[in-house]
Amino acid sequence: MSTGLLRIVPPAYVVRRPHRMIERHLVAYRRQWLIVVSGFFEPLFYLLSMRAGLGDLVGTVSVGGQQVPYDMFVAPALMASSAMNGAIFDSTGNVLHRLKYARIYDAALATPMGPADVAAGEIGWALIRGQLYAISFLAVMAGMGLVDTWWSLLALPACALIGLTFAAIGFAGTTFMRGWSDMDIVTTLMMPLFLFSATFFPTSAYGSWAWVVQLSPLYHGVALVRGACAGVWTTSMLAHIAVLVVLSMVALVVAARRLDTLLRK
Amino acid sequence: MPEPLIAAHQLVKRFGDFTAVDGIDVEVQPGEAFGFLGPNGAGKSSTMRMIACVSAATSGSLRLFGLDPATHGREIRGRIGVVPQLDTLDIELSVQENLWIYGRYFDLSRAECRRRATELLEFAQLTERADSVVDTLSGGMKRRLSIARSLINEPQLLLLDEPTTGLDPQARHVLWDRLYRLKQQGVTLVLTTHYMDEAEQLCDRLVVMDQGRIVAEGSPRSLIDRYATREVLELRFSAGTNDSFADALHGVGSRLEVLPDRILVYADDGEAALTETHHRGLQPESALVRRSSLEDVFLLLTGRSLVD
Repeated sequence: MSTGLLRIVPPAYVVRRPHRMIERHLVAYRRQWLIVVSGFFEPLFYLLSMRAGLGDLVGTVSVGGQQVPYDMFVAPALMASSAMNGAIFDSTGNVLHRLKYARIYDAALATPMGPADVAAGEIGWALIRGQLYAISFLAVMAGMGLVDTWWSLLALPACALIGLTFAAIGFAGTTFMRGWSDMDIVTTLMMPLFLFSATFFPTSAYGSWAWVVQLSPLYHGVALVRGACAGVWTTSMLAHIAVLVVLSMVALVVAARRLDTLLRK
Repeated sequence: MPEPLIAAHQLVKRFGDFTAVDGIDVEVQPGEAFGFLGPNGAGKSSTMRMIACVSAATSGSLRLFGLDPATHGREIRGRIGVVPQLDTLDIELSVQENLWIYGRYFDLSRAECRRRATELLEFAQLTERADSVVDTLSGGMKRRLSIARSLINEPQLLLLDEPTTGLDPQARHVLWDRLYRLKQQGVTLVLTTHYMDEAEQLCDRLVVMDQGRIVAEGSPRSLIDRYATREVLELRFSAGTNDSFADALHGVGSRLEVLPDRILVYADDGEAALTETHHRGLQPESALVRRSSLEDVFLLLTGRSLVD
């Protein structure tokens, strides 16, 4: 059975040692811990400014039939966005550097490590980093009195799924980049995703254009985190989860395949 | 005859329409130091990447330790060490961290990585630089670290792609000495180079490659004996006039090679050839008699020099 399976799955896609890549990053980041810490502050500053400024102007917003204060509406969306940001920045800029300039993957592939180990390791690392931010973000929300149910803890696995999806998409996209100038595309794509994924206003505000919002992967992530934080579970959550799972699986396969053709030609 | 460590038959590598390796046959025995000699673009690196199991052959067969890279790539890579043409050292790690992390890729325990790293730093004369950042090392030191790193899994086969290109003469000699010690310890060495002195120093046996094919094979000495005369007389005339002296030198040696900057006269007795040159009333600006080398073999086989 197992040998039969091995014959079907090409060796390049067998994942055996992704943790070795993560171990390498742990050692490398010992000298760069400040960069890791800095990733936590951006969403935090957003949260503080929303609470201080917009919260009083907007009043309440309806989530799943409940009226919630604006800062409680926006906080889960910022949490979801920070999970996306963390995953994207780790899997694009850092991966491009390691792939094309530092040639870290070339070195790893000369050992028993395979392309799928490298891809899975990188995505795993982005996930771990994203979870650290999500945990601290949730703690800050709790400290600011923005969490009123234990269901909010489900926001953490929701953020892990967002992180997985965007890390896989980011990694797959990066394998197509020609150089640093292509990083501008990432920035250009991220801005509308961040602004128009029902982050700052509910989908009802978009009127007849609401369907466009649903094309954004982040929209599905925001809906999950917002649902978790409000303690509201609807069957539409299953659809949101399915969208993110399918996206991440497709991106993972593309990433491993591209890495194989790029580095083992 | 023991089983060859590397056995390639009709090995081909194509990139689109371009054929980088065009059906080569190579066998390397355990304990040998084997070289691929050729100019840039001869197909040496493509061959090395196939042997290193990071590039699939387009056609033909390749076996390492009797195993097929297509199905046992991980296992084979676990038993070989690779020193790539361009250093792929991890610039975000210190010198010793480079060795530890690389050892972990081979599933060595942390304690084992540390023990071997200490030994290898000693071997590479980098013990004092153990905590340095890689960027601060000289070219020769980086190369030695690359070699040390490639030895972390105690490989039976070490692949070196142009190990000393770009190094100063002193750094090259230090490196050659280290490679010679490895050979004495029984490590099989396979290297590519476009330096004939390197091939002469290190290789028991070599193949000369040109345009993806093997054009000659043998020990450095046997190749020189077969393809070149014992000595070579190098003559330089004033710039741009070398061509016009070719006729006048006809018959001085057994063969003539007119290069842009000098004329090579192949003769078993170089001094006699020089005397004959003077007898014919020719006055070169400079004349040098030297032993023939692999460069001459290459020139004869391909009509081009090794280093452009």
